[in-house]
Amino acid sequence: MYDFDVEKPTSIADAVKALGREEAQPLSGGQTLIPTLKARLAMPSVLVSLKGIAEMRGVCLDDDGRVCIGGGTVHATVAKEVATHYPALAGLAARIGDPAVRNRGTIGGSVANNDPSACYPSAVLASGATVVTNAREIAADDFFQGMFATALDEGEIVTEVKFPVPEKAHYEKFIQPASRFPLVAVFVAKFADGVRVAVTGASEDGVFRWTEAETALSANFSAEAVSGLSVDGSSMISDLHGSGDYRAHLVGVMTKRAVAALA
Amino acid sequence: MTQVKMTVNGKSASGDVEGRTLLASFLRDNLKLTGTHIGCDTSQCGACVVHVNGEAVKSCTMLAVEADGAEVMTIESVANADGSLNVIQQAFQDHHGLQCGFCTPGMVMSASALLKENPKPTEAEVRHYLDGNICRCTGYHNIVKAILAASGQDVSALAAE
Amino acid sequence: MPKDGGIGASSKRREDIRFLTGEGNYTDDINLNGQAYVFFLRSDIAHGVLNSVDTSAAEAMPGVVKIFTGADFEAVGSIPCGWQVTDKHGEVMQEPRHPVLAHGKVRHVGEPIAAVVAESLSEAHDAAEAIVVDITDLPAVIDMKEAVKEGAPKLHDDLTSNLCYDWGFVEENKGAVDKAFEEAAHVTTLELVNNRLVANPMEPRVAVGDYARGTGDHTLYTTSQNPHVIRLLMGAFVLGIPEHKLRVVAPDVGGGFGTKIFHYQEEAFCTFAAKACNRPVKWTSSRSEAFMSDAHGRDHVTKIQMALDKDNNFTALRTDTYANMGAYLSTFAPSVPTWLHGTLMAGNYKTPLIYVNVKAVFTNTVPVDAYRGAGRPEATYQLERLVDKCAHELGVDPIALRRQNFITEFPYATPVAVEYDTGDYVATMDKLEEISDIAGFAARRKESEAKGKLRGFGVNCYIEACGIAPSNLVGQLGARAGLYESATVRVNATGGLVVMTGSHSHGQGHETAFPQVIAEMIGIPEDMIEIVHGDTANTPMGMGTYGSRSLAVGGSAMVRATEKIIAKAKKIASHLLEASEGDIELKDGAFSVAGTDKSVAWGDVTLAAYVPHNYPLEDIEPGLEETAFYDPSNFTYPSGAYACEVELDPETGQVTIERFSAADDFGNIVNPMIVTGQVHGGLAQGIGQALMENCTYDSDGQLLSASYMDYAMPRASDVPFYTVDHSCQTPCTHNPLGVKGCGEAGAIGSPPAVVNAVLDAMRSGGKDVGHIDMPVTPARVWAAMNS
Repeated sequence: MYDFDVEKPTSIADAVKALGREEAQPLSGGQTLIPTLKARLAMPSVLVSLKGIAEMRGVCLDDDGRVCIGGGTVHATVAKEVATHYPALAGLAARIGDPAVRNRGTIGGSVANNDPSACYPSAVLASGATVVTNAREIAADDFFQGMFATALDEGEIVTEVKFPVPEKAHYEKFIQPASRFPLVAVFVAKFADGVRVAVTGASEDGVFRWTEAETALSANFSAEAVSGLSVDGSSMISDLHGSGDYRAHLVGVMTKRAVAALA
Repeated sequence: MTQVKMTVNGKSASGDVEGRTLLASFLRDNLKLTGTHIGCDTSQCGACVVHVNGEAVKSCTMLAVEADGAEVMTIESVANADGSLNVIQQAFQDHHGLQCGFCTPGMVMSASALLKENPKPTEAEVRHYLDGNICRCTGYHNIVKAILAASGQDVSALAAE
Repeated sequence: MPKDGGIGASSKRREDIRFLTGEGNYTDDINLNGQAYVFFLRSDIAHGVLNSVDTSAAEAMPGVVKIFTGADFEAVGSIPCGWQVTDKHGEVMQEPRHPVLAHGKVRHVGEPIAAVVAESLSEAHDAAEAIVVDITDLPAVIDMKEAVKEGAPKLHDDLTSNLCYDWGFVEENKGAVDKAFEEAAHVTTLELVNNRLVANPMEPRVAVGDYARGTGDHTLYTTSQNPHVIRLLMGAFVLGIPEHKLRVVAPDVGGGFGTKIFHYQEEAFCTFAAKACNRPVKWTSSRSEAFMSDAHGRDHVTKIQMALDKDNNFTALRTDTYANMGAYLSTFAPSVPTWLHGTLMAGNYKTPLIYVNVKAVFTNTVPVDAYRGAGRPEATYQLERLVDKCAHELGVDPIALRRQNFITEFPYATPVAVEYDTGDYVATMDKLEEISDIAGFAARRKESEAKGKLRGFGVNCYIEACGIAPSNLVGQLGARAGLYESATVRVNATGGLVVMTGSHSHGQGHETAFPQVIAEMIGIPEDMIEIVHGDTANTPMGMGTYGSRSLAVGGSAMVRATEKIIAKAKKIASHLLEASEGDIELKDGAFSVAGTDKSVAWGDVTLAAYVPHNYPLEDIEPGLEETAFYDPSNFTYPSGAYACEVELDPETGQVTIERFSAADDFGNIVNPMIVTGQVHGGLAQGIGQALMENCTYDSDGQLLSASYMDYAMPRASDVPFYTVDHSCQTPCTHNPLGVKGCGEAGAIGSPPAVVNAVLDAMRSGGKDVGHIDMPVTPARVWAAMNS
C-alpha cells in the first residue's frame, strides 16, 4: 500500500467535509478497497473511514413499509435483522463472501463500488430500491451505470438504501470457484404490479435488468415462462472461468431456478 | 504516524502506526503476537482471523487505526487460564485437525466464532462457515470433524483413523 | 483395541500444542536486531531484452539502504539444477544459466530484476517503484509445441533451441513396442493435458539472511523442506561459502508440497545482501508474489496409446509427452517428467512393452518442478484415464479390465527399469469395492436422477515409487546428489533421548511419529524422546523431506542409529549384570539376562554410560550417542485403488464430489491417525486439480490466475468426508520398518477417479465425449455436454 492519512469522522457532515480533501476516498468496510490498496491499484492520500458514523448504521422500516438499511450496515447485520421483513435480501447478505467479510463489509460500500460481480447491486436493482446519499435520493435504475460506475459524484456517500419489499423474491447465485463472487447471480422480485429481474456477475456492463424475462414473468410467473428466453452471450463477460455464452446460459438457468424457488 | 490504543487479549496495548498499517501487522510486528498469520493479500485465506469486539474479522483487511479503542482477541488468548487447551483447541488435537499449523490460528478463531453463533452446527453449516479459511494440508475432513466434536456432537461414526 | 503407544498407535501430535496456541515459530516470526527488508522488483514482461536498470532516483528515497541489480551478481554462480538428464541420443540436457537477479534478459513475468533493501518493507516497495527499467519486448512463447518449432522465439541465446531434452525410455524397446502396436487387436489413443498447478502451501516463502562480521559466519533462516540441501546448493554453487561457515535453519514451516524443496534466488539474495549491507536482510513473499515466483507443478501435454490383444490383455504402451520446464531449470525439474514419471508407466499392470518419450521445453513461464507426487500423478492420470477409455471402447467393465491385467506376482520387474518388491492390487481393489459401496451405486444414481442430476462412479489404481532413493542408482540417472538420510541418536544420562534427523517436518508429524518407533524399540514412553530437525548446525547432513521418504529413509536411519545404541547398551548391561552379552534381552525398558530374573533398567544403563564407575572402559567408550546414514536399496511402492462418486448438474455443468473412497497399501504403519490425515490432504489436492485448480497464462505470458481471486483453492464446502482404509498391508521388504510412505498417495491417486466419474455421469446422461481435460470446471462440463 502507498501511505495515506486516515480520517475518522463521526457524522455524515464531517465525512463529506473530509472527502473534500485532495485525493480523498471513502473507506467503508474495506473488504474490496484494502486488497485493492495492497495491490497498489489505488493511491488515495486520505481515506475517510465511515465506520464511526452511527447515523449510517442500522435497519428500520419506513412509513411506506420499505426496509431501510444504513449505508454503513455490515452484511452480517442485514442477514440477521432483515430476515423477517425481507428474507431474500437477508439470504443474499448471509451468503456474501465469508463470515469475517460479512462482519466488516457494508451495503453502502458494495453499492458504491458496483463491482460487476457483487451481490448487492442485483437486489437493489431488482427491488427498485432508492439509494440515498448525503446529497440526494437516486432510483436504482439511475444509480448503476456500468462496471464500477455509478451516479455518485466525487465525495458523495451512500448513506442509506431503501428497499420496497416485494410480495416474494429469491436470489439464486452460481459462484466463481476461486473468488467465491457470483459468476452469475439473479435476483427475482415479484411485486403486485410486475416482476423485476436483475442479473449480476454476467455482463460487461455490470448489473442489469433482464427486461425480456420481466415481461414474460409479469404475464406468467412460472419457470416455464422464461425457459425459451436468452440473453446475448456476446455482451457477457468472457474470462478463464467461463465464456460469454456460458454466462448467458447461466443467466437463464439461475432465473428459472429463482422463479421455481418461489413457486 | 498515529498512535493507536486498543485492548488486546485483555491487556491494553498501544503503538505508533502509519495509516496503511494493517491490524495484522500491528499485532505481529508491534505487539509480537505472531500467532496471527498472513497467508494471502486478497482477503481469502483466513489465516489472519482474529476477533474484534467479539466478531471474527480478517486482520489483514482492516487498518490498525480502525481498531483504535477496540477489544481484540487473538489465538494467543484462546487457551484456558491454566494454559491447557480449550475445548476447540483440544478437539483439533484429538481429531488431528491440523498439520503444518499455519492456517490453524485462523481456523480456531473462526470455529470459535461459529460455535458462539451456532452451538450445534450441522456438517454443512461448518463447511460453509469455513468458506473464508483455506487449509492446504488436511483436506478439511478432520477440521470439520474437530469442530463438530467441539460442539459436543458425536463424531465417532465419521471414519476414524 | 487400538494401541496406546509405540508403532501402530494413533498418538496425538505433540507439535499441535504450539500451533494451536499461536506459539509456532515460523520463519516470518523471526526478526533479528537491526534487520532490513528487501522488496524485489519483478518483471511484468514475459520476454524482453533488459537494456538498463536505473536506480538513481530510487536510491534517494526514504529508508533505502542499498539497491542491487543483476550486475551485482555477475561474479556469483548460477542457481544450480540438481539433476542432469541424458537424452535419447546420449547427449546431456541443455542447461541455461539462472541468475539471482535478471541480467541481459527477462524470461518470465515475476523474474526479479532489482532488489531494494530498506528500513521497512513499505519503504523498499515505495523505492522499487522509482526504479526505471528499460526493456525491449520480445515475442513470448508459452505453448510448448510452439516453443519447439523452427523459428520460435528462443529464451536462451546460448542454447540451440527451447528443447531442454528429448528423452526416450527405454530407447532399446521402441522397435518392439511399435511392432506390438502393429500386431494389436485393439489400440486406444488418448490425448490429454495435465494442468499446471501452484502448490500454495499456506505459508508463503520467507528468507532472513544474517552475517556475523566478527566470525565470518552466515546464517539463513528459510522456509525449506531440506535445509542441508539449500546449504550445499547455495554455499557450493552460488555464493561460494563453505558449509562450516554457513548455517541454514528451517524452523516451523507452514506446508511445502514440493515447492519448498528448491533453492530459490531470494535465499541466495538475502544471504549475499546480509553481508553486503552488514545487517540482517529479510524477505517475506506476498501471496501474489508467490504465484509468480514459487515453482509451479505438473503442466504436461501427452498422447498415450495402449495396445491390447484379442483377449483384452495389455500388450504394449507408448506415450509422447511435452513437459514444461518454464524459463529456467528449477532444482529437480528435469527429473520429474523422466525418472519420476517414465519409470511409473507400468502402473499396476503387467504390460510387457513400454516406451515413453518426453520432450522438456523452455517457455516464458515460471519454472516448473516437483509438486506433491511429482511425475507420478502425471503417469497415473494418463494411464488410468487410458485404461478407462480402453474399457469403454471395448465395452467391458473398467474394474474387470484392470483386474485382468494386474500384476499379481512379486517381486515384479517392470519393463521401465524398476522392481516392485511387494503389493497386492487385488486386495486393495476388493477393499475399495467394499468401502465405496459400489453395490449401492445404482440406487444412489436413481436418487440423483430423481433430482434432475446425473451421477457417476469412477475408479482408478495407482502405484508410486517413494522412499527416494538409492543413491548409486539415482547417480547413474543424473542426480547430482545422494538421497540417503541421516540420524543421530543421543541418549542422555538419565535415559531420555534426542534424535537429530536430517528429515524435516512441515506438517507430517515427525515429532510425534518418530518417537513412537524408538519407544517401541526400547520399550520406554514416547515422551522420553525428542526430535530435533531443521537446523544444519545441530543435525547431521540430511537430504530432507519429499517423495514420501521421511519414515522410509529418515526413519530407517533412526532405526539403524538406535540399533547401534541398543547394541552398545547391551554391552554395558552385560557388564553390569555380569552376564554374557549374547544372553542380554531388552524388553519394556529393561535389560535382563535370558532365563533369569536378573535385570537392569534402561536408565541405570544410560547413567552408567555417562558415570562410568562400574564400566568396561577397556572395551567400550563412555557415552551413548550414535549416528547412522541409511541409503535405501530400492524405492518403495505404495499402491492402492480409489473411487470417486460425483453428482453432475446437467444444466450448469457443476460437479460435486459426493463420495470419495481410498484403499491404500502403505506397508506397515506407525501412526494411523497421521497416515489418514496425509491421505485426506492429498485427496483434497487431487480433487482440487481435477475440479478447479488451473494456473493459466495468456499468449503474451501474463499470468491470468495470479491470486486467490482467480486460482481456485478447494474450500471445506468443496469436499466431502472421505472414506480411507489402509488395512491392506504388504510390508516393504528392504527397509527395517517395512514402511512405504503415504504423503503423496492421495494427490497421485485421485484425479483420474474424479475425471472417470465425471465422464461416467455424462455418459449416463447420454453424452459420451471420450475425454474432458482437467480442471473439470462447470463451464467445461457444460460446453462438453452441449458439444
